[in-house]
Amino acid sequence: MIEMQNVYKTYKNGVTALNGIDMAIDAGEFVYVVGPSGAGKSTFIKMIFREVQASKGTIKVNNKDLTKMKWKEVPYLRRDIGVVYQDFKLLPKLTVYENVAFALEVLEETPRNIRKRVMDVLDLVGLKNKARFIPDELSGGEQQRVSIARAIANHPKLLIADEPTGNLDPETSWEIMKILEEINATGTTIIMATHSKEIVNTIKKRVIAIEDGLVVRDEHRGEYGYEI
Amino acid sequence: MAMKFRTFKRHFREGAKNIWRNSWMTVASVGAVTTTLILVGAFLALMLNLNHVADNLEKDVQIKAFVDLTADESETEKISEEIEEIPEVSSIDFATKEEELESLMESMGDDAWGLYDQDNPLNNAYIIKTTDPQDAIRVAGEIEEIDNIESVSYGEDVVQNLFQFNEYARNVGLVLILALVFTAIFLISNTIKITIMARSKEIGVMKLVGATNWFIRWPFFVEGLLLGVLGSIIPIIILLTGYYYLDNNMAEMSQFSFIELLPFSPFAWQLALLVLVIGATIGVWGSVMSVRKFLKV
Repeated sequence: MIEMQNVYKTYKNGVTALNGIDMAIDAGEFVYVVGPSGAGKSTFIKMIFREVQASKGTIKVNNKDLTKMKWKEVPYLRRDIGVVYQDFKLLPKLTVYENVAFALEVLEETPRNIRKRVMDVLDLVGLKNKARFIPDELSGGEQQRVSIARAIANHPKLLIADEPTGNLDPETSWEIMKILEEINATGTTIIMATHSKEIVNTIKKRVIAIEDGLVVRDEHRGEYGYEI
Repeated sequence: MAMKFRTFKRHFREGAKNIWRNSWMTVASVGAVTTTLILVGAFLALMLNLNHVADNLEKDVQIKAFVDLTADESETEKISEEIEEIPEVSSIDFATKEEELESLMESMGDDAWGLYDQDNPLNNAYIIKTTDPQDAIRVAGEIEEIDNIESVSYGEDVVQNLFQFNEYARNVGLVLILALVFTAIFLISNTIKITIMARSKEIGVMKLVGATNWFIRWPFFVEGLLLGVLGSIIPIIILLTGYYYLDNNMAEMSQFSFIELLPFSPFAWQLALLVLVIGATIGVWGSVMSVRKFLKV
């Protein structure tokens, strides 16, 4: 599903974020990416949907070589990848329904299919009855569920979550994790960057630890391994 | 690039919606287009009319070749054959010295020239026109070389100054119009840039879910087009009424009677259409240009 070989990233301002990453993730896996702030987690994650381009090395996602990919092809790569952020990135003026439908409009789906699919995913994240609300009227956990609904609306093979519980209280975090596990159970690969020790140590999955731009640990059913 | 009709409708709807959503930006952009187009339109009207007057003056440029007094009929005939061989010549007329005198008497009055009636001192002459008035100077030179031509006149000083003036006027006008159009594009793209700044989050999310650049660009394209068209309404009204008034009153003012304006129809309508097209282009360009930098994410 994802393959990185000897990947380096140096930003224009001279900061080196990745120092030769080698790793592979298979389809259907659930992977935590952990590590101290500024260790390169975000860069690592952003490379997968090509928000950041590698300076050196090869990255393959869905058998597509991202290092050789043209700008024009990037949108089509992203249609196979759902992304969930810590700050939700919902559009404040649109309703819950419109926020999710937005992702499908881009694909030029028929209105009938869009309506059906939006209601299906909202049902999945338990927000069917709040379809007409705008994001400000929802709690943080509900907003994150909307953003998850938007991310999976398009049946992506891969879901990337960048600290999805970072802004949420513990109880809400568990709800989000439950939804992510359900999505994973349907065969969607999930990569989740997190700082939550409780989550990583309770819901045991594969753990990739990144420090100073390198993979320093990669174990199945791993521990969080950091204090705080 | 084939686009589904559904998608086309969506882009149009979104573009039109944005006009309402960002109403004060719309006012600012439309204001910028309106101001520019009034100036551009007035300039165009002035330029095209100047051009028209200049063309008319140029068309009047003719060469008069005076035949030697000693030339007999066959020699005179031969001159016309030689003149006709010059490729740039479009027409050639012969005026006998009697006709020449008559036209002189007409313009100067019988008294002064009447006494020459019996003993005409004038020459027979050929009156020549060239296809392109600009060639007149060169052709006049060639005709002067022909045997039995006494002299050639084409109003040397006036003609040369006229050509030069026309060329300056055309170039200066073109530069001014282009400068105005670019200023407008700059103004509009800046105005729109501020709205797009506020919408950069929206564009970011669209990119995130895999929207192609053109999918994002089209609503802005439509928005720019509408802004441009809205901005050209007032200039068109001003131009049409202004020109109508001018066209009707110019002829009555005797001091301007020698200036012949382009007729209101079709000229004013063509000008209105041109202003509309320029407005739409400015709007689209300004809008699409300012989205550009947000697309590289």
